[in-house]
Amino acid sequence: MEVFAVIQFPGSNDDRDMRFALKSALGVDARLVWHKERELPPGTNAVLLPGGFSYGDYLRCGAMARFSPIMAAVMRFAAAGGPVLGTCNGFQVLCEAGLLPGALLRNRGLDFVCEWVHVRVERAAAPFTSRARAGQRLQLPIKHGDGCYFAAPDELARLEAAGQIVLRYCAPDGSLDDAANPNGSAGHVAGVRNAAGNVMGLMPHPEHAAEALTGGTDGLVILGSLADAVGAAA
Amino acid sequence: MSARREPVVDLALAREHGLSEAEWRRILEILGRTPSFAELGIFSVMWSEHCSYKSSRKHLKTLPSAGERVLVGPGEGAGAVAIGDGLAVIFKIESHNHPSYIEPTQGAATGVGGILRDVFSMGARPIASLDSIRFGPLEEPKHKMLLRGVVHGIGGYGNAVGVPTVGGETTFHPCYRGNILVNAFNLGLVEADRIFLGQATGIANPVIYVGSRTGRDGIHGASLLASAEFDDRTEAKRPTVQVGDPFTEKCLIEACLDVMRSGDLVGIQDMGAAGLTCSSFEMASRAGTGIEMDLDRVPQRAAGMTPYELLLSESQERMLLVARQGAEERVRAIFADWDLEAVVVGRVTGDGRMRVRWHGETVVDIPVDPVAQSAPLYDRPLRAPADLGERQKLDLASIEPESDPLGALEQLLDSPNLGAKHWVWRQYDSLVQGNTVVGPGGDAALVRVKREDGVATRKALAMAVHCNPRWCWLDPRGGTIAAVAETARRVACSGARPLALTNCLNFGNPEKPEIMWEFAEAVRGLGEAAEALGTPVVSGNVSFYNETAGVPIHPTPTVAMVGLLDDVERHAVSAFPTAGLAIVLLGETREELGGSHWLQLRRGREAGLPPSVDLAHERRLHGLLADAVANGLVRSAHGVSGGGLAVALAECCFGSSIGARVALGERLRLEALLFGESTGRVVATSADSGALLARARAAGVPARRIGETGGRRLVIGAEERPPWIDADLASLAAIWTRAIPRRLEDS
Repeated sequence: MEVFAVIQFPGSNDDRDMRFALKSALGVDARLVWHKERELPPGTNAVLLPGGFSYGDYLRCGAMARFSPIMAAVMRFAAAGGPVLGTCNGFQVLCEAGLLPGALLRNRGLDFVCEWVHVRVERAAAPFTSRARAGQRLQLPIKHGDGCYFAAPDELARLEAAGQIVLRYCAPDGSLDDAANPNGSAGHVAGVRNAAGNVMGLMPHPEHAAEALTGGTDGLVILGSLADAVGAAA
Repeated sequence: MSARREPVVDLALAREHGLSEAEWRRILEILGRTPSFAELGIFSVMWSEHCSYKSSRKHLKTLPSAGERVLVGPGEGAGAVAIGDGLAVIFKIESHNHPSYIEPTQGAATGVGGILRDVFSMGARPIASLDSIRFGPLEEPKHKMLLRGVVHGIGGYGNAVGVPTVGGETTFHPCYRGNILVNAFNLGLVEADRIFLGQATGIANPVIYVGSRTGRDGIHGASLLASAEFDDRTEAKRPTVQVGDPFTEKCLIEACLDVMRSGDLVGIQDMGAAGLTCSSFEMASRAGTGIEMDLDRVPQRAAGMTPYELLLSESQERMLLVARQGAEERVRAIFADWDLEAVVVGRVTGDGRMRVRWHGETVVDIPVDPVAQSAPLYDRPLRAPADLGERQKLDLASIEPESDPLGALEQLLDSPNLGAKHWVWRQYDSLVQGNTVVGPGGDAALVRVKREDGVATRKALAMAVHCNPRWCWLDPRGGTIAAVAETARRVACSGARPLALTNCLNFGNPEKPEIMWEFAEAVRGLGEAAEALGTPVVSGNVSFYNETAGVPIHPTPTVAMVGLLDDVERHAVSAFPTAGLAIVLLGETREELGGSHWLQLRRGREAGLPPSVDLAHERRLHGLLADAVANGLVRSAHGVSGGGLAVALAECCFGSSIGARVALGERLRLEALLFGESTGRVVATSADSGALLARARAAGVPARRIGETGGRRLVIGAEERPPWIDADLASLAAIWTRAIPRRLEDS
């Protein structure tokens, strides 16, 4: 059976929630992997970096976690083409580790924001968005204080041209208006991937949109795509 | 016995420590000698109002605290209640008022941290937080700052520690101008046979210190800050407020839960108020043992700390553990995995004494029980306030009728007390842990029960926190009964059955007979209501001395109720779920305007007797709701509270942008009909109102169909006349949504 490794840093908060969503909604064998490990579990097919406040995020968010022992193994896994998905703090860690372009800054309004938002799928492709169609709107929750995506204008244009911008914050009808950009992200970017396409980060929490009982199931479009990609969907 | 340069210990010094002359004499009697400086510090904190409950205990012991589900009642860190399937919930609410006024962000943050430790120290994983916060008028810059700071503190700590803040209340009144209130609630989940208690059993077992190092912060936070009134020197007490570190707390939660699973733990307690002193004395006292401790082994943040400082520091994120002998290395390794220190600082002894050594000399040698259990108890004099009759006087005939019902509704929705609280909630992570079925803004928060191994159950916990301080000021007993009834009603609106409650009693200076009378009356009401509703009081906290320059706050007995829902798939929400449903009003509207928001906002008066509460009716109503939600007859349910029926209907519309047409038939004053705050009422919707009305009749609950959902307008009238209110929902919602943000923007 396929193995999904959910990395557990000290201060990770959504690690168990990610495991629950993968197991209960998709039947995936998801395991928590402690950050002090030096190797991923044998046969790991996908790596997830969960949300939270790794090391308290007292320095820049994610800046400490990238130095955890397990990250060397995650880098090797990514370099070999293995799929790596970072959500919220996990996205911040991937940017700090240089696996994804750009950086995440303090929200435009300075306050922490917890709310359900709409995002538009800009690119429907394996391994993260194959279950979506381009232009599809998803309802997902965000909950972060440092989610304002930043990339210099020329880099943003390059990412756009290369199809690396995967999700954008949008209004319910899919339009990109400023009021629907909850944190002031450049280009409304909510999720990006690397050039090779096997590493993605997003600020919204797909694992918190995996059950109708707790608000919706649109997150399974992303997590389910990943499961499909490695042949793990039950 | 001390050769260091320390102050001379005498009556004058004891007085500076907040001890009375009688208390000083008692200390001399217990010891048979003059205490050392460190010992004086110990007595002063252990016998402070905050730690000893010396003014309140006589009253608190009258509260009903037992019940077939109650596993642990008052006296431990928090109360524990069985919820079936071998599981239990542990919960408590606690104040952090004075520190939050002095330093709002850290004061509120450490309030959250403290209540979390009370819960996880009993073996439970904290799964939901609520808070009840109260400020002075939001028009005042100081209170805008305090609101921002407190919300940042609660969010900053709760979000980082990974415990969702799922609800609460935020209110404003001039009586909190000099004393804001920050009451933090937490609930944890535990296997019922794995509850840990704060006890130091087993002679020679190691006493282990874990968590953050001890610094000079917070010395006398509890005894001086929380046990005296504020005055113009309060700002100078800022250094007694500690700084919270949610990252250490998060690691501490996980490491403590790990060590509890290991089987090596005997007892555990938070080092909260009065730090190492309070935790060690209480643990030894509960077990009937003693402890010998070496202060040189305590991890220290600053150099040269004295025994007095080490014993009284209130540095945050520290726990005291007693483990099985021989398990020291295993315990150390578990904490090391989380990069936390775990140091053996002492051993349990059998002689009932606390012996503390420092630099090779004995600095404390005192019997445990007289300090921990024989704090002086006071039966303080009670006297009804001289102006009580004046407060309660209200001649309705002299109150000018409302000529503009829509204008009144708009003014109520625009008030910070009744306006939307989204500005507050969106700064809290209400979703982490993935169990939030109903988050902030519902009548009660509803949290699905997921076992520690990650398996979801069908059960859910409903919880609500509330108090109407104006009602308690007009009638402390009646207002407290109403607070219990309201929290139970909110829990019942979700379909859950109220189980048990916790409370935080915020009052002025208990040395004043009028304040003590208010307190005694409130406790009487709390007991009566808890008894009548079958919801025992399993934990609680008292916060006295909430006064500044002699001006007390309104009595504020904050009540937090917890209920159990057996099938989470069958729950009700507050907002209208769809168009085309019948709206049914459960309960009766009476001609009651005393203490109402309408009277205060539209006529500038806070007077009269608050609405009456019929506890037998409440209990029938709660039973009806549980049954009707379970069998699908009730689709949504929202309790009628501040602002009355008109505001309640508007709130039901706002949640889903579905309008309503309502016709009210009662022959009452218009103000009472629309804006009166009669208790025991719920706005419910049903697809089969005939069946619901029949069931209500059978249950003995008055009920009538008052309208139906649909459209984009809220229309409230009577039959055969033009409506009193006919308003576009979007414009009403805009007023309601902007109530708090617009006031914060005009600074």
